[in-house]
Amino acid sequence: MNDMRITERAVDLSETKISARNVQVFYGDTHAIKDVSVDIADKTVTAFIGPSGCGKSTFLRCINRMNDTIDTARVTGDILIDGEDIYDRRVDPVQLRAKVGMVFQKPNPFPKSIYDNVAYGPRIHGLARNKVELDEIVERSLRRGAIWDEVKDRLDAPGTGLSGGQQQRLCIARAVATEPEILLMDEPCSALDPIATAQVEELIDELRRNYSVVIVTHSMQQAARVSQKTAFFHLGHLVEYGETGQIFTTPRDPRTESYITGRIG
Amino acid sequence: MTTGTILIALLALAVVGYFLGRGRAVASAGGDVRRLHSLPRFYGLNVALTTLIPALAVLAVGLLALPIWTDLRVGAAIGPSLAGGDAGRQSLLIAQADRLAEGLEGADANVAAIAALDDGALAGAFADAGIAVREGTDPSILRAALARVGTQETGSWMLVLLVGLAGVVGALVALRASGPAFRARNAVERAILGVLILASTIAIVTTAGIVLSMLFETINFLRAYPAADFFFGTVWNPRFSGDSQLGLLPLLWGTMYVSLVALIVAVPVGLLAAIYMSEYAGPRVRAVAKPLLEILAGIPTIVYGLFALVTVGPLLRDWFAQPLGLGNSASSVMTAGLVMGVMLIPFVSSLSDDVINAVPQSMRDGSLGLGATKSETIRQVVVPAALPGIVGSILLAASRAIGETMIVVLGAGAAAQMDLNPFEAMTTITVKIVSQLVGDNDFNSPETLVAFALGLTLFVMTLALNVLALWIVRRYREQYE
Ligand SMILES: Nc1ncnc2c1ncn2[C@@H]1O[C@H](COP(=O)(O)OP(=O)(O)OP(=O)(O)O)[C@@H](O)[C@H]1O
Ligand SMILES: [Mg+2]
Repeated sequence: MNDMRITERAVDLSETKISARNVQVFYGDTHAIKDVSVDIADKTVTAFIGPSGCGKSTFLRCINRMNDTIDTARVTGDILIDGEDIYDRRVDPVQLRAKVGMVFQKPNPFPKSIYDNVAYGPRIHGLARNKVELDEIVERSLRRGAIWDEVKDRLDAPGTGLSGGQQQRLCIARAVATEPEILLMDEPCSALDPIATAQVEELIDELRRNYSVVIVTHSMQQAARVSQKTAFFHLGHLVEYGETGQIFTTPRDPRTESYITGRIG
Repeated sequence: MTTGTILIALLALAVVGYFLGRGRAVASAGGDVRRLHSLPRFYGLNVALTTLIPALAVLAVGLLALPIWTDLRVGAAIGPSLAGGDAGRQSLLIAQADRLAEGLEGADANVAAIAALDDGALAGAFADAGIAVREGTDPSILRAALARVGTQETGSWMLVLLVGLAGVVGALVALRASGPAFRARNAVERAILGVLILASTIAIVTTAGIVLSMLFETINFLRAYPAADFFFGTVWNPRFSGDSQLGLLPLLWGTMYVSLVALIVAVPVGLLAAIYMSEYAGPRVRAVAKPLLEILAGIPTIVYGLFALVTVGPLLRDWFAQPLGLGNSASSVMTAGLVMGVMLIPFVSSLSDDVINAVPQSMRDGSLGLGATKSETIRQVVVPAALPGIVGSILLAASRAIGETMIVVLGAGAAAQMDLNPFEAMTTITVKIVSQLVGDNDFNSPETLVAFALGLTLFVMTLALNVLALWIVRRYREQYE
């Protein structure tokens, strides 16, 4: 890990955006998330790292209640966004998901044109007053997703006809088009080349100015580059959570150290 | 020896071959199975298949060739001069010879001994065997009868010999080859491929045969009846005395009208039911409701027809047609269409349900994750993604509707007419095919042959719909893979 450029970051002591307390998730009898409590700050990038199957995606999906769509999944504990319990009965998950956007681990473009993929969210939420505004939103989102130059001449082509990496960026563009307050990104660069990865990381950095971003990644370098805070998950436990620089230089838990130096995972 | 006995003998030979081949392969490898190219059972199977396939081929060819050969011999025995070149008289003579041959077989007569006699003594010998021969029958007819029985006997014996020979030779060849180096597994693979090709060929050839036979009869019909009058005629009025008007249009109109009503009922109900089943219903509701819906598909159409005749027809007449002044017929397009629509609901719903379920969950997640509601997700993502399959199911339902007969007979009546009023009795192509064929008409009259032309029209219509359905499904399939 010596080659890693870990810069000291000024983490402004901003207020807590997401606050999770004693969260447990069960898939039927499988206990996937075990008593996780974490405070995620506003206007920061938080990285979730950990070995495959440790529950990163599961925890991420709790934050926008996507686990509701899985019949067997059961979530207990509290998750508060801006102080409001999102599992409260009065909260409308549909409203919540408009506020908490998500880029899924597996790219899932709709079988529609590239344009319609990106315009989907804005249309549903009525973000554009006319076609010109919608065009602007679509272009801006595609630019932020670092895919505009590749698709600007074929916005009518089906989104499913793109390559895996292009689909991934299309999904990023689709998610930012609805201007969410929180963006959950599940391995958004897993199929991207270094250049596209750098562009997406730039986007993440830009988003940080206004939003909070949670990113799951298997690349230690990426976590170190883009995030201010890092959480290390292992077997459903949140083992360690702290400033990224501290996690990568002086981890307190031996499991964290083994993982980031490549001994477990 | 009958064909059944030959088959059983062949199978027995193949079973013996299986064990011999297996044993020989194992022995040739010195008992060490690993030295063989394939597992021992493949050597056995190879011998069994090489025994069966050529022998079965010989049997099939023989069974086809034997009657032809016999007919040739019979024809030669009678000779062309007796009938004087008249084809009708010739076939009568052949029929006479055939009857006598049947008598010979039934009487178990010594055919060879009789055949050795002079022409003059033949009739007496027949009489001795207990077969009545009409006075003045030409001896060549008797010869022909003898030839038929004789050829059949010789032929079947030759067939047994040839089939046996083919089986034994095949078995021996395969047995010789059963050594460690022989790739028995690959040989069996090829044989399986052959069987699969044969099966599909049978299916295709049968279809082609059906179409061709319809086509020939249709051509016959169009020789006797002007094509323009058939395709563009607006009156359907067959008469036994001839001089009928056989216009297709009233029947086509009735078919389309009834099908349209049926689809207007079946498509929305079936589709919405499918969406409810796949997207909203819990597992318990699904477990009960889905089989219930599919029971509808299992009800015989004649039962639907009775329902139309006894319940729906009078109901529509008393509550709608008469109060609205639209006629007072219980049989109507509306009756048949409604009931047929109910029959088609499960077709649309169960196929659509399958394609909706096949839409990946990640697609729904993507939409829900953007803050769409469930119904928005269904309308804008799930249904468009499943659309090719849904359209396919609708077109399949449409071709069922076009081909349906029983519900129409009992629900819409048999009056061929073109009318816009849906409470009027009308009829369809299928109904008229039945009524033209069950009559006592001369088979070669246009009144009967028109059934084939109608059948072909129907076939072309459903074929076009099916091709369209396949094309749509293929064109838009796997957009979400
Ligand atoms: N839909 C599901 N049904 C049942 N069990 C599930 C389901 N999804 C995840 N799990 C289980 O929950 C645990 C955590 O899975 P999760 O997808 O959160 O892992 P992850 O950390 O995202 O792994 P990866 O890095 O490979 O994506 C795993 O043991 C997995 O088997
Ligand atoms: Mg994951």
